[in-house]
Amino acid sequence: MGNAGGSAGTSEPARTHGFRRRALAWLAPRPQAQAWTLLAPGTLWMIGFFLIPVVVMCAYSVMPRGEYGGVDPGFTLEAYTRFLHPVYLTILERTFAIAVATTVLCALAGYPVAYTIARSGRWRSLLLFLVVLPFWTSFLVRTFAMIFLMRDTGLINSWLMAAGILREPITMLYTPFAVLAGLVYGYLPFMVLPVYASLEKLDPSLLEAAEVLGARPAARFRRVTLPLSAPGLIAGCLLVFIPSLGSFLTSDLLGGAKELLIGNLVQNQFSTARNWPFGSAASFILMLLVLGAVLIYLRLRPPDSARGW
Amino acid sequence: MGTSGIGKLPRWLVAFTAACLFLMHLPVLVLVAFSFNSSKFAVTWTGFTFGWYRRLLERDDILHAVQASLIVGVTATAIAVALGTLIALALARHRFRGRTVYEGMMYVPIVTPEIVTGISLLVLFVFLRLPLGLTTIIIAHVAFCVPFVVVVVVARLAGMDENLEEAAMTLGADEITTFFRITLPLLWPGILSAALLAFILSFDDFVITSLVAGSGSSTLPLVIYSMVRRNVEPSINAISTLIVIATSILLYASDRMSRRNEPANA
Repeated sequence: MGNAGGSAGTSEPARTHGFRRRALAWLAPRPQAQAWTLLAPGTLWMIGFFLIPVVVMCAYSVMPRGEYGGVDPGFTLEAYTRFLHPVYLTILERTFAIAVATTVLCALAGYPVAYTIARSGRWRSLLLFLVVLPFWTSFLVRTFAMIFLMRDTGLINSWLMAAGILREPITMLYTPFAVLAGLVYGYLPFMVLPVYASLEKLDPSLLEAAEVLGARPAARFRRVTLPLSAPGLIAGCLLVFIPSLGSFLTSDLLGGAKELLIGNLVQNQFSTARNWPFGSAASFILMLLVLGAVLIYLRLRPPDSARGW
Repeated sequence: MGTSGIGKLPRWLVAFTAACLFLMHLPVLVLVAFSFNSSKFAVTWTGFTFGWYRRLLERDDILHAVQASLIVGVTATAIAVALGTLIALALARHRFRGRTVYEGMMYVPIVTPEIVTGISLLVLFVFLRLPLGLTTIIIAHVAFCVPFVVVVVVARLAGMDENLEEAAMTLGADEITTFFRITLPLLWPGILSAALLAFILSFDDFVITSLVAGSGSSTLPLVIYSMVRRNVEPSINAISTLIVIATSILLYASDRMSRRNEPANA
């Protein structure tokens, strides 16, 4: 304990020293208090600026709509019954379909990539770096890059026209295709990394054993590699599905008005429509869908991967 | 690893992987290349220029936005790293009631869609009549960064040798001295990567920021978004390129630093 107050001659350090000793002496036999001293500041912040906001948002979702945004006092379930209207159910359905399609495409593309990287020997760290790099690149910049490629006067169209393959530009931007392409491009690393992690842990002697026992390559993959990498694949699916479900920026910039997803619906209610209760209700429903997906994942997850993703 | 090698894999698999990795980088590479193109209409290459970068310097809104983003990023990172590291220490080094539940709850903000987090904060700030501006942006950024800091620092603490801390305590150091002289120096690389992650998350955030920013204060992503919305001039390519370069430098620096401090066994 010596160096804290020892060198200074004034009484000030000695006093803090005394306080520190008393505080530590009080905490020593109290492990719960020790833990909560460390937890308190961050926990209070998260309660104040995550939990309470969500609770206030829920409260807003069951209150009558205010005339100029905001809410009036009272209680009504109007926002939730409004959600049952076909227009909004279609948005829900579309969001779900796009999230599922993104997840399937990411799995189909990401699994082979992860498999190759896991078996690439000395190339491994370079390839892994190439997968991680886009993850660190601004999502907004990457989405803009997609616009730059896909718009009518964009690079793909102008190259195809210059090459004589196309007469007129094909419309890619503001279609469901653009949104899907943007989401797959955005979230593919989330699939590759967990699949890679589970393939990398796979014991090669299991494959050798299967080979000795006469399993052909296809059977070895189907009966050994695939089941053992399933936890990574399932985790990857969750990591892609969740942000796709709640995506806002991709559909906002790459999709047209016809490609509205829940995230955009929520934002519209607060910006242009000024229906805060309905926006809060949509937002709450989105949150429940995401937490539902996580709960399904926790059920699916095999018990041996109890910790971490 | 002697048995594995890229040569043993089926050709089509290697080709497919190469194509995927190429496509993952193509859009940004094209974006960067065309930031040096002199044509305003950006589709054909008409000559090399730095003009779009010079144009950026003339735009006050961009310079202000960079300043705002740096203020927000640095402040939010500092607060989030402090709060998150304390939580991580409690989770990794202390037993307390409800620890498993607490650890699970830490993932709820991570999986919650940004639009939900942003809307709920907006509703709270309006409810409390807090004026929207840099302060509300910083509050929001800290809230979404803390859980990420916790996850990164907990991972680092899990790989650390607790015996060193116990040895220091046995030799008469109290908890605080042990923390500053043993735990913190060993934990530094973890804290650094947590800080980098928090800073990049903050610097890059558009969705939450756009909801809690109000009209007066714009961070860089907000300005870029309005540029993308309004038009297509190659200045966006230039600013995007600068962001990509800045991020790469940060990543490289943090990788170097954490490697230098890494104990031999980790």
